[in-house]
Amino acid sequence: MMSSLSRRSILQLAGGAATLPLVSGLLGEAAHAAAGTLTIAYNVNLPSFDPTVGLSAVNPTIQSIYQSVFDPYIGQAPDLSFKPGLLTKWGWNDDRSKVMLELRKGATWHDGSPVTAEDVVWSLQRAADPKGGNPIQFVWSKVGNYKIDGNTITGDVLEFEPTLFKWMAFLTGYILPKAYYEKVGAEGFEKAPIGSGPYKVDAFERNAFLRLKAHPGYWGGKPAFETVVFKFITDPTSRVAEMESGGSDLTFEIPYEEFDRLKSKPGLVGQTKPVSDIAMIFITDIDPMLDRNVRLAANHAIDKKAIVDRLLKGYGVPISTLEAPGYAAFDPSIKVSYDPELAKSLLAKSGYSPDKPVKFTIQTTRGFKPKDYEMIQAIVGMWRKVGIDANIEVYEIAKHFELRARHALAPAAFYNWGNAIGDPSTSTGFAMFGPSPHCAWKGKDLVERIGPLWGEKDEAKRIAGYKAVSKYIAEEGEVIPLFQYVQPIIHKKNLKVVAQSSGMILPQLITPA
Amino acid sequence: MPPTLFGVAVIVFVLLRVVPGDPIAMMIPPGASEADIVRLRALYGLDQPILHQFVTWFGQVASGDFGRSISIRQGVLDLLLTRLPATIELSLLAALIAVAIGVLAALAGILSRGRRAEWAVDGTVGVLLAIPDFLWALILLLLFGVLIPWLPISGRIDPQVEIGLRSNFYLIESLLTGRFDIAFALLHHMILPALALALPFAAIIARLLKASLAEAEDQDYAQIARARGYSRPAILLHEVFPNALIPTVALGGVQVTLLLGGTVLVERIFSYEGIGNMAIDAVINRDFPLIQGLVLTFAVMFIALNLAVDLIVALLDPRLRHG
Repeated sequence: MMSSLSRRSILQLAGGAATLPLVSGLLGEAAHAAAGTLTIAYNVNLPSFDPTVGLSAVNPTIQSIYQSVFDPYIGQAPDLSFKPGLLTKWGWNDDRSKVMLELRKGATWHDGSPVTAEDVVWSLQRAADPKGGNPIQFVWSKVGNYKIDGNTITGDVLEFEPTLFKWMAFLTGYILPKAYYEKVGAEGFEKAPIGSGPYKVDAFERNAFLRLKAHPGYWGGKPAFETVVFKFITDPTSRVAEMESGGSDLTFEIPYEEFDRLKSKPGLVGQTKPVSDIAMIFITDIDPMLDRNVRLAANHAIDKKAIVDRLLKGYGVPISTLEAPGYAAFDPSIKVSYDPELAKSLLAKSGYSPDKPVKFTIQTTRGFKPKDYEMIQAIVGMWRKVGIDANIEVYEIAKHFELRARHALAPAAFYNWGNAIGDPSTSTGFAMFGPSPHCAWKGKDLVERIGPLWGEKDEAKRIAGYKAVSKYIAEEGEVIPLFQYVQPIIHKKNLKVVAQSSGMILPQLITPA
Repeated sequence: MPPTLFGVAVIVFVLLRVVPGDPIAMMIPPGASEADIVRLRALYGLDQPILHQFVTWFGQVASGDFGRSISIRQGVLDLLLTRLPATIELSLLAALIAVAIGVLAALAGILSRGRRAEWAVDGTVGVLLAIPDFLWALILLLLFGVLIPWLPISGRIDPQVEIGLRSNFYLIESLLTGRFDIAFALLHHMILPALALALPFAAIIARLLKASLAEAEDQDYAQIARARGYSRPAILLHEVFPNALIPTVALGGVQVTLLLGGTVLVERIFSYEGIGNMAIDAVINRDFPLIQGLVLTFAVMFIALNLAVDLIVALLDPRLRHG
């Protein structure tokens, strides 16, 4: 039997269906952070809870979360200087043959058990185990034969590593709970991790959010917010929308144009901080980069300030060496000037001109870092004016890593180099020392200059040595440093946020304004 | 099915190892030596010949072990079983919305046939079809997340909600167990991503169904019913619609795979915790075992969907049902 169904009723049904989402929205919970809760729209997902093993252990962006849950051996201040963490004292003996560590008394794990010297030694030994999967194992394996005396630990230096204590504040430099880890195993730890940091894990929905609760027994005092939520919002547009909708209290790593727009909105505040991450162009020692005139011309032809001002809205600090301001071996006296006329004359000495340009390929990512491709387009334009005809090749960052490790990069290749411990060995050292798989310039000149600095036990001499190397590199044009990145942070007005030079966003340092 | 899956497995396995970039290259920190790289490659079994790696991996898969994710450091199968329900629920909701919108649009179009209103319906359907799902996602995000902030724009559920469910089919379980507060919170978060996925698919349904309805309406049985005095809407719904449904399901059903593929970007934009979102991270990190597991999962779902469509068509069409 047929029922009567009119056009009017069909349209009414359609209208009803269309309004469903709106009704749902009106009835639903408001997208506001609950009282006592800090919600951070975070830019990467958290793959693994073990901060010492695998891919995520060496991802600098994830360290903010790790440092909320776990304690590094040694703390780091916002200006990259080092301060007591779980270790209150650390150092070498006079002849650098032993290390001495002193553990803080009274620190507890999230399950209430005390942090012990055994935990520290176990963490160091586990990190040094070649089968353990710690990517920085080559640092941790340089000390061994640990002995415990109360809260004091001593160890034998198997091979002198000047940056050992600096690494204790950064990648994979975390103390994990020996007894708990051995009880639950690796899989169990991933499912229910505990640390000794200011926050303990309360709930984790992979690719969605991590909810933390304040650790009442934290040695550094209870943090200001009882609950912290990291929402994993990897898309920058979505992070901007989160802030505009009020769904999050803070976000970072958003396009500079959006940063400028958001910071002028009522209720929001923007702050910027130069971070330990630089933009640079690797030069590979193959033709035509074997010609010093070409290398120097490529350096002098780039107007870094114009790039920062026009493409990055002024959010960047032009640099002349791989040592940015704030790094231990930064030397402000080393300058590589923007001088297109000098670039032209240098090229002319090698027989090149705008009419008869030197030709090579420059590789770059596109969208991996802010305006990376646009920046290289601008640089190629600047080069063209002085007599360099560069062909742009776009590749993925994974391909860059592989090509670099095989010493198969193009004559010029754009990259960003982070150095959160601020040590010259982890910037100029690894980027320019021939035997390193990260180095594109394999020339003996730098191997001879950097080589002796690896084992230099006199810190002042070591830093001075790196400054001299930086000066030499600038004079020879063996790399093209571009600028230091600036991190944009947007947060609600009712928050006080301490920005870190390392780029980390640490909830324990965020307080109500 | 097994030959197809084997083919997919071979292709994805070989492609991953042929294209530049591997997980070790992503993992090596400053200061790592050649020896460190060799050690890490050996640790993850990437130092073996490709054939050896494939035989080992495929042997494990055949016994139900998809390996261990390099980036997440958990069993791939566990990860897939944990996240897949989120994607299935989102896809089901999107399919329901798409069917509702598509059927209503088709009926509205056919009822207004030959009049200006038909242009409006056709134009709207054209717009829905022309804009891809990820763009709809951004439009909806800005519209209902920012301009009129009525709906949440990230996640599957509010982080403050204590879920406390046994399975990972949160929506289905909460509905079945009467926990409507949780179901409501889930739907609240799912509406925008589901709508983004649904709109282009709804347009496909609307176009196919409207064309089928127009063709069926011109058939003798429909004309006779009209001559007997039945109203046009009633004829459309009870006589024409069931016949028009068969080609729509047959053709439109296959398009569900597009909806499933669309979850990758849409889940990313809405930070939804399904396998689509996880797939992007897996690719970025060159997490070979996880990518392989994800591709196989998508392949199984595509095959299962096609099979389901064939079965539904057979159920709807008596000619097929009775041979």
